[in-house]
Amino acid sequence: MKFGIMINEGPYTHQASDTAYHFTKAALEKGHEIFRVFFYHDGVNNSTRLTTPPQDDRHIVNRWSALAEKYKLDMVVCVAAAQRRGIADADEAKRNGKDADNLAPTFRISGLGQLIEAGIQSDRLVVFGD
Amino acid sequence: MSDDEMMQEGGTIKKFCYVNRKAPYGTVYALESLEVVLIGAAFEQDVSLIFMDDGIYQLKKNQDTSDSDMKNFSPTYRALEMYDVEKLYVEKESMEARGLTEDDLVVPVEVKTSKEISELMDEQDVVLSF
Amino acid sequence: MLLHIVNKSPFINNSLESCLRAAKKNSGVLFIEDGVYGALDNTAITPQVKKAMKDKKFFVLASDLKARGVSDGVIKGIEVVDYGGFVDLTTQYDVVESWL
Repeated sequence: MKFGIMINEGPYTHQASDTAYHFTKAALEKGHEIFRVFFYHDGVNNSTRLTTPPQDDRHIVNRWSALAEKYKLDMVVCVAAAQRRGIADADEAKRNGKDADNLAPTFRISGLGQLIEAGIQSDRLVVFGD
Repeated sequence: MSDDEMMQEGGTIKKFCYVNRKAPYGTVYALESLEVVLIGAAFEQDVSLIFMDDGIYQLKKNQDTSDSDMKNFSPTYRALEMYDVEKLYVEKESMEARGLTEDDLVVPVEVKTSKEISELMDEQDVVLSF
Repeated sequence: MLLHIVNKSPFINNSLESCLRAAKKNSGVLFIEDGVYGALDNTAITPQVKKAMKDKKFFVLASDLKARGVSDGVIKGIEVVDYGGFVDLTTQYDVVESWL
């Protein structure tokens, strides 16, 4: 089956991103397809490569990136939500005259249409949030 | 995919339902979910909006954010009609629990009992909750 | 038929209450995250859940019970599932609705 995953909360404060990760991993291990993982609201904060958790804690951002690399996941960060919260890739940073970018590898920034498309193309859209 | 999904102009039309249960301003969910609805309208899906619990406060008349430096997005609900988003449902039980009537709301809505809401939710292909 | 997912403790939030009000007969309800407290026996919420169990199927996520030290307290008749079981549920029901 084809799944779309939506994540509406950032890492560490809420469990949503953890739950979404374990769900996505379990679905892939069962042979299902993940059409797209879409990050919205504070969920965009899952995509900053500046995240530095303590050594003995899980690295939520890197964990997503590793899963994305292994399974070639399409992980999309909403551009409008990202701009509000200071998440930018090199292009976005340049366009908005910023002196730095922070988007982690394996994530890409795009529009909300990508979420709607995930809803249309997937057999199931599962929303994780708070 | 369910049987009643139609193919039109080469694309799939799904029943998209947005469930709004959160009050405006206290958190960003109401505003950012409205942004999804507006973008989603371009995809010409069969869209319904359900307002229940504190989500009904999103539609309250007389919102005025002039002293709080936040964006008053309540007029946007009146513009939804121009985007062909015309199915707005309010749960009767939630509305009554808050001492509100249809006259308190910025847009015409269809009031449905929780039983009718449950039937409506059950007909959907995609449920997006914020 | 819908699978409803509840991730809030019923003691501070009305998500479970609203979900049960809108959940049709034969639909599924899955407790995850802080929602797992709604699956426990001998609480003020238990009677409400037991009543709903008469015509709806209830599930709870094992790892979230375990993390909170409440694996032993689940209402009899609520099925405990792991993440694989969570995935299976989303395929068995037609649509998934999260009560955020």
